[in-house]
Amino acid sequence: MIAHLPILQVIIPLMAAPLCLLLRHPKLVWLFSLLASGLAFIVSILLLQQVMTSGVISYEFGGWEAPWGIEYRIDKLNAFLLLIISAISTVVLIAAQTSIEKEIPKEKHTLFYVLYLLSLTGMLGIVSTGDAFNVFVFLEISSLSAYALIALGNDRRALWASFQYLIMGTIGATFILIGIGLMYQMTGTLNMEDLSQRLPEVEQTRTVFTAFVFVIVGVCLKLALFPLHLWLPNAYAYAPSIVTAFLAATATKVAIYLLIRFTFTVFGFSFSFATLPLETLFLLLGLVGIFVASSVAIYQKNVKHIFAYSSIAQVGYIIVGLSTGTVMGLTATLLHMFNHALMKGAIFLALGAVVYRLGNIQLSSFHGLGRQMPLTMAAIVVGGLSLIGVPLTVGFISKWYLLTALLEKGWWPVAILILLGSLLAVIYVWRIIEVAYFKAPLVGKTPVKEAPLLFIIPIWTLIIANIYFGIDTRLSVQVAQSAAQSLFGVSP
Amino acid sequence: MILGLLNYWVVVVLMMCGLYIVIAHGNLIKKIVGLAIFQTSVFIFYISMAKVEGGTAPILADGISQYSNPLPHVLILTAIVVGIATTALGLALVVRIKEAYGSIEEEDVQNLDNQTQVDSQQQVTEGDQA
Amino acid sequence: MNFSLEVMLQLAIVIPLLTTFGIIAAGKYPNIRESITITASIILLYIVINLYQNILLGETVNVFWWEIIPDLAISFSIEPLGMLFALIASFLWLITTFYAIGYMRSHEEENQTRFYTCFALAIGAVMGIAFSDNLFTLFIFYEVLTLSTYPLVTHSGTEKAKQGGRVYLGILLSTSIAFFLLAIVGTWFVAGTLDFKQGGIFDTNVDKTVAGALLVLFIFGIGKAAIMPFHRWLPAAMVAPTPVSALLHAVAVVKAGVFTILKVCVFIFGLDLLAVLPTTQFLLYLAGASVLLASIVAMRQDNLKARLAYSTISQLGYITMGALLANSSGVLGSSMHIATHAFGKITLFFCAGAILVTAHKSKISEMRGLGKQMPLTMIAFFIASLSIIGVPPTGGTWSKWFLVMGTMEAQQWTLMVVLMLSSLLNIAYLLPIPYHAFFSNTLGKEPLAQTQIKEAPWPSLLAIGITTLGCLILFVYPQPLFDLASAILAGRE
Repeated sequence: MIAHLPILQVIIPLMAAPLCLLLRHPKLVWLFSLLASGLAFIVSILLLQQVMTSGVISYEFGGWEAPWGIEYRIDKLNAFLLLIISAISTVVLIAAQTSIEKEIPKEKHTLFYVLYLLSLTGMLGIVSTGDAFNVFVFLEISSLSAYALIALGNDRRALWASFQYLIMGTIGATFILIGIGLMYQMTGTLNMEDLSQRLPEVEQTRTVFTAFVFVIVGVCLKLALFPLHLWLPNAYAYAPSIVTAFLAATATKVAIYLLIRFTFTVFGFSFSFATLPLETLFLLLGLVGIFVASSVAIYQKNVKHIFAYSSIAQVGYIIVGLSTGTVMGLTATLLHMFNHALMKGAIFLALGAVVYRLGNIQLSSFHGLGRQMPLTMAAIVVGGLSLIGVPLTVGFISKWYLLTALLEKGWWPVAILILLGSLLAVIYVWRIIEVAYFKAPLVGKTPVKEAPLLFIIPIWTLIIANIYFGIDTRLSVQVAQSAAQSLFGVSP
Repeated sequence: MILGLLNYWVVVVLMMCGLYIVIAHGNLIKKIVGLAIFQTSVFIFYISMAKVEGGTAPILADGISQYSNPLPHVLILTAIVVGIATTALGLALVVRIKEAYGSIEEEDVQNLDNQTQVDSQQQVTEGDQA
Repeated sequence: MNFSLEVMLQLAIVIPLLTTFGIIAAGKYPNIRESITITASIILLYIVINLYQNILLGETVNVFWWEIIPDLAISFSIEPLGMLFALIASFLWLITTFYAIGYMRSHEEENQTRFYTCFALAIGAVMGIAFSDNLFTLFIFYEVLTLSTYPLVTHSGTEKAKQGGRVYLGILLSTSIAFFLLAIVGTWFVAGTLDFKQGGIFDTNVDKTVAGALLVLFIFGIGKAAIMPFHRWLPAAMVAPTPVSALLHAVAVVKAGVFTILKVCVFIFGLDLLAVLPTTQFLLYLAGASVLLASIVAMRQDNLKARLAYSTISQLGYITMGALLANSSGVLGSSMHIATHAFGKITLFFCAGAILVTAHKSKISEMRGLGKQMPLTMIAFFIASLSIIGVPPTGGTWSKWFLVMGTMEAQQWTLMVVLMLSSLLNIAYLLPIPYHAFFSNTLGKEPLAQTQIKEAPWPSLLAIGITTLGCLILFVYPQPLFDLASAILAGRE
């Protein structure tokens, strides 16, 4: 069993997806999906343990040796990501049945779970695999199911959002495919480890340079890096709440993983940062992204839009960390991926609970929610504080590491800008808090009750994680740090 | 020189055509068509890349010592499947959009979207007053 | 109760926090709720006094809670300055609780449970600030204090309160995140530690420009010290109920600000380094400008609480200035001023609140002739004003004395003039109020309503009496305060 963990990680949700179709009864399907996702979570914990103690796990598919066959390669970075994805997926699924009852027609419930599991499979696959072409396949599995999931939203704008996402996503994926093709042409291999060995021999050619640019642009489309973010806000805002919670917490993280994997492992750090002015490019795009997206977030009327734009801003922070090109900066980036998944998962789930009770998510209908749904609103407040980066929340930890990384580079002005950026977060978070706590409920509107328990449990699980990992950072920091060190080839 | 790289020229021209259609055309079906062309150009790129001059199909037979590289061909089989799935999903979405909006022109859809946004805000403000 | 010092130190922080649960649980029964608050404040005061006695004996206490990031710990210890701050805050909490009960009930405020809960939370944060062993711990409690006082500022829930709350939170949170946090990270990066240490934590050969920039960031970032131009939150916070303005915005919150500045000056930079930094002079003048400008603005305010708020800004400028003078007299004066100003200003606010609940007046121009109806309140007001101005027989005399000494020692003649001028301005904006109350006639309006005004409810009056007495005692018997304040620099060679 233990030896087969890497494949189990991907195959459990993959197998579970078609089985859902056999079960038919929505409640059963839900429990079954939860079980599958939970198993994947357990597997990811075991994998992380194994990687932390005994180093990289290489799993050969069907017994074919690495450069020829497909290899699943789990190092600290993958294991960390697998944990984030499967954990968020499991927690989010707890609330799924309750939420989709209101938001998705009954006959599509089974379909929803099938797509959800496929999307999960895709993400886990992208992260586990050590084969460049395999990345493309899994990327498309997760994307195609994500498009369909978004289109399940009950607003017709969901269809249009999904279509836009499909166009952008496909262009991005095809760009990656071109890049991979060019790399194969130059080296004759698709295995990432092998690529990293062979690329240096030919790295001065224009083909490799072109391949690199295609891959980077393609990945940046997927991760909604400003200014390639246009598909994201509507996709998040009109998708079913559960889908938003799941994608917001995981999808961009997977794209960032790809970015890190390609720049650091496949092409190698020195090539990546020497060929393209990645340092300046990421820094500028990240900073502009933080400010533009946060400012736009302030003026949104739809609360999901507010946090969708905030997600784009948070990608900015992650990219700024990457732009330093230091171990510290990469640690900050990895930490923020983990922490941001916790924050956004919690916030979007809480928004799902609000939709469940209110039926819409306009800021103007939040009047008096602070009293009517105290637990849900408290979760949004804590999540918001975490976004701002208040101490004792995870947001503070990421910010601390990011600032240290920037100061290490001597980038004082950037550090100031980063902090000013988080002030914008104060504004958009506070707009919501003010409406929810200080506006009296609308006259003539029936007061709503607290969200059902099946919402409260997952929301607060994530919120408690937000606080717990803001205080006890041993696990997250240790894993992020050693993952960053191994990416730089520094022995810990 | 130019002739030697003929396959690449074809690929680049197709790719640009596809991208242009996706960006420039407002008709959603045409966008999907453009996307398909764009993807196909990449398939051709992979397939032509694997062709070895004088090589045949990689089937073990007497008297033949040179084969084309089968791996990219296999890869592209997968990619074609993905491409079909994308096209199918895109077309399905277009059908749904047609049902929901009554149009498959980007401009119309966006106008209608802006309209709904204004409407829903009005509804909410009316609710405020009530 | 014979707890070890470590336990007592932790209790001092935890008790107010635990009290919040009790208050929430007893929310429906006002009497039980209030007795919980009173009991907790008595216990807290007992503990703090106990700690104080042991500190006098030369004991040291260290408590380590948790290490969040390697070398970044939540830990506590006691040194004289923190002890002084904790003593003042816990003592005045008890007094204010009495006052608040009278005030809130006769004012029939809503949401009293939330009020007392946040109040206790804020006091817990103040204790955390007072006893924190490093800058990081201090920062955490600093933010907790900001967040826990926000609901108190917006207590009434009106549009004006919300506006005030926005300014309050906006300035305090943004300065602390944009400047204070950056300064902390910068310090950590340059010095490698954040622990408070006698004589500072920077190397002697630290880059003066960097350290100077950090100092500016600290002074701007500690928005609670209300140095101009980051003072707007304090007048904005005056929409809060008077007990909040009295304890939090005359004592706990603003004193937490200047306390932090003192801590940073003495224990992070060290006076020797501070004296040679290129930016110190600029900041000194800024503090001086803050003192003068705020006094001038105060004169123009007709709302009593607003005038007191600007007076507070001006007085906070004294304390910041004293810390930046970087000599022992300055630090001594500053720390004593924390105590004397606390007693003076809280009395003034208590009086303002008493006038508001009984006479329903908040404008100074309406208070003529009030001395006949509320003689005790007005006498207390007069004595407290004297203390703020700094004339005998009140405690304020001593702290101003040392501050002036400090300017002389540092040969900052301009600043000495500023201090003198400011004292004159103090007279000009404070003393007319009791003067007109006693010696002017009412404007003749509503004579019937005037006669009905009586003194404030007895719990409030008791509180006023105690703090006024405090002002006087500090003059006659300043020795303990002086000892504690001079112990701050004890280990300095």
